[in-house]
Amino acid sequence: MSKYTLNVNGKAQAVDVEADTPLLWALRDTLGLVGTKYGCGIGACGACTVHVDGQPARACQLPVSSIGKRRITTIEGLDAHAMHPLQQAWTELDVPQCGYCQAGQIMTACALLKQHPQPTDAQIDDAMAGNLCRCATYVRIRAGIHRAADIAATGNGKGKA
Amino acid sequence: MSPVSSSRRRFLGQSAAVVAGTALLLGVQPSGAIAALADNGAGEPSAGDFVPNAFIRIGTDGRVTLVSKQPEIGQGIKTSLPMVLAEELEVDWNTVHVVQGDLNPVYGSQGAGGSTSTPTNYDNFLRLGATARTMLVRAAAQTWNVPVSECRAGNGAVVHGASGRTLGYGALVRTASALPVPVAKEVRLKDPATYRLLGTRVGGVDNALVVSGQPLFGIDTRLPDMLYATYVKCPVPGGRPVEANLDAIKRMPGVKAAFLVEGTENLNGLRPGVAIVADSTWNAFRARKNLKVTWDEGEGARHSWSGFLAAAQAASGQPGAAVMRKDGDVDAALAGAARTVEANYVYPFISHASMEPQNCTAWFKPADGTLELWAPTQNPGAGQALVATTFNIPKDKITLHITRSGGGFGRRLSSDFIVEAAAIAQKVKAPVKLTWTREDDLQHDHFRAGGFHFLRGGVDEQGKVVAWHDHFVTFANRVEKKESDGGSASVLQPGSGGNLSGDEFPARWLANCLIEQTPLECRIPMGPWRAPGSNVFAWVFHSFIDELAHAAGRDPLAFRLDLLGDKDLVAGTGERGVPYNVGRMRNVLKAVAEKSGWGKRKFARGQGAGVAFHFSHRGYVAEVAEVTVSREGRLRVDRVVVVADIGAQIVNLSGAENQVQGSVIDGLSTLMYPALDIDKGRIVQSNFHDYALLRMPDTPLRIETHFLKTDYPVTGLGEPVFPPLAPAVCNAIFAATAKRVRELPLSETDLSWS
Repeated sequence: MSKYTLNVNGKAQAVDVEADTPLLWALRDTLGLVGTKYGCGIGACGACTVHVDGQPARACQLPVSSIGKRRITTIEGLDAHAMHPLQQAWTELDVPQCGYCQAGQIMTACALLKQHPQPTDAQIDDAMAGNLCRCATYVRIRAGIHRAADIAATGNGKGKA
Repeated sequence: MSPVSSSRRRFLGQSAAVVAGTALLLGVQPSGAIAALADNGAGEPSAGDFVPNAFIRIGTDGRVTLVSKQPEIGQGIKTSLPMVLAEELEVDWNTVHVVQGDLNPVYGSQGAGGSTSTPTNYDNFLRLGATARTMLVRAAAQTWNVPVSECRAGNGAVVHGASGRTLGYGALVRTASALPVPVAKEVRLKDPATYRLLGTRVGGVDNALVVSGQPLFGIDTRLPDMLYATYVKCPVPGGRPVEANLDAIKRMPGVKAAFLVEGTENLNGLRPGVAIVADSTWNAFRARKNLKVTWDEGEGARHSWSGFLAAAQAASGQPGAAVMRKDGDVDAALAGAARTVEANYVYPFISHASMEPQNCTAWFKPADGTLELWAPTQNPGAGQALVATTFNIPKDKITLHITRSGGGFGRRLSSDFIVEAAAIAQKVKAPVKLTWTREDDLQHDHFRAGGFHFLRGGVDEQGKVVAWHDHFVTFANRVEKKESDGGSASVLQPGSGGNLSGDEFPARWLANCLIEQTPLECRIPMGPWRAPGSNVFAWVFHSFIDELAHAAGRDPLAFRLDLLGDKDLVAGTGERGVPYNVGRMRNVLKAVAEKSGWGKRKFARGQGAGVAFHFSHRGYVAEVAEVTVSREGRLRVDRVVVVADIGAQIVNLSGAENQVQGSVIDGLSTLMYPALDIDKGRIVQSNFHDYALLRMPDTPLRIETHFLKTDYPVTGLGEPVFPPLAPAVCNAIFAATAKRVRELPLSETDLSWS
């Protein structure tokens, strides 16, 4: 076991794990941040998507020893009041069914909106293709991203629907 | 071969019996309910709470707590059933607190399967809410000393119309608690026309927790000093470990224990394997990469998909092992038909692939022999029962907490992951969370069985179907059955959904019809998969009906209306046969024609529309799909129109539309992508890199949902929209390209055209 200090959601967090432990399991088992989900372990489903220095990354593919001082953001740290435009839109449009993949969907969508504040459907297809939703809530995920873009643009979520 | 048993219909029969029991049970006194509420984090009910039944609690502060008895797997039941209570209780939904109930007999049956949660609970829940409201109104009338008829409830309070006096429910708690529970005839249900909550769009009660990543799911369970386990089974189901390098495994980082589990013969129960217990999930997963096991693979190792295919083709030339239906003379009718069609349809084994891999947390306490379980299960009662019989633990020593499930699709009606966790917990005597890897989940599923249909059909000069013959080759496990003399005999039992009813449309409508079934023995465990049977039978039969329509030169939708005929009801065969309400199906079919503009558009080459309908899980559904197939053979679904009749009331419009959209896309996904190969008894595919599912870019551009409100009982929506999608799309593909899809997944068929 080795000690690592991770920067998670703006806080320094000490973890004592084997060097090859994926960030996913350090978050879930060691730090108790269980919002980041295990889906496949091979980076193929997107359920474990977090941000590393603002870029979406698969936490199941990132050994803790490789992270260094890079800033990790998980779904728990996306917004201090859980009122990120995507979280507002997801709730407003009742996007989830089972909900298991949605943290990963939101983290991926968040990175998309940073790059394209008003994304086209084609840009959504491209950005979201790595995230599986077995309940197939894709129609509402798509609508949720457009709605979040509007909320972000108008500030209060009361803009064009 | 032995005659096949009718497992699916027997299951439905059992469900009906359970429903009757539930209805009686719901009149129980509140004492048990208080214990159940205290169990699930809602806080200790204070002695002064008004608890008129097991599902409703109102505090003196007016706070309303409603219990969700059914497991939440993404179908939305944790929101919709409490809505039914709230409607009749006359409370503001935004002030209601919903909690998940544990497994508890006070709630009646708690299995979430077969789209039964709504139809088996809806009427009871209306009455439970109305009964509580009646008591609160009486309490107010008593307080004011006025006639009950002058008081009415609304928005969590009772108002006396004449004087304008108002008392909130909280202020009525003490008086209401002292009143007797009124008998049914004294309770008046609301006129559905006055509903203010039911039929509106309500967001899921857990949405805020979902979008902020709070602990909800079984896999999120954390207990003090909890250990983490992985469980390795023989790649060939039915096999068992002979020996393993356990000493080496125990020396791996973080490993606390490693041992063999003997298991049982039951393919759907505790299968033999190797348990590794560690101080973290990853340390357990890492250790298993170094695990070396000598397996006794058993007889399953000689099976392969190619072998099954050859066996099915050989069987097709022979009479079927069982005759499921025989009317008239099919051979003579075919000989006299104006046109005949022969076609073979085939579909593979598939996995459920719920996003949350199977898992269960178990805590065995040797001091008193109790076992506590936290399980993402659709079937908590069955889980408790399997653990009880496997380990001979009395049921009253097994507590089961129902967690939210990351998808169900029928997978969590099985309890193998629960019994495995229980086995491990008894060895380590500490709280332990068993987490399956994705590979475990995909390869050790209780699969949707593959199948083969060898079809012949004929139409006469007027374009009417005169003959229909299906020889269905299915898959079965050999199981021991107790006989009446106390002995036992082994029989071949088709997997869930692998048993074709002789009543399946269009069999009951035809004068000359032969349905035969032959089981192929396999060691692959099978289990219910969203709309069992229907999820493939609708594809096979509505594809073949389309073939007959085109052979007859008829419009496929008009051809189907003719086939349905003008009767209102077609009876089921035998005592357990399910009646088919033809009028309801005609209405959804006509409605989907109108809503989609069927026949009104001229499609360019490479584009077309297809139609299909199906009755299952008490729902009547018709769908039209419009597709574009590129010259290179790439499919895009442009539009799907769904018309569903699931009775008199949509409970939660938002949840219902989500289920329809999800079912349509799941239907398309299952048509397009997943397939499992079997080699030397093993499932070949292992993870999402070689077991593909539909993703955002393939999502249909438009999905239009229409509910026909009828006077029939309110029924479920988790399944009935799934079956018609695949045939509607395949029939549209034929209209677009003249290519008939007879094999799943779609990638097996070249759709390119020029």
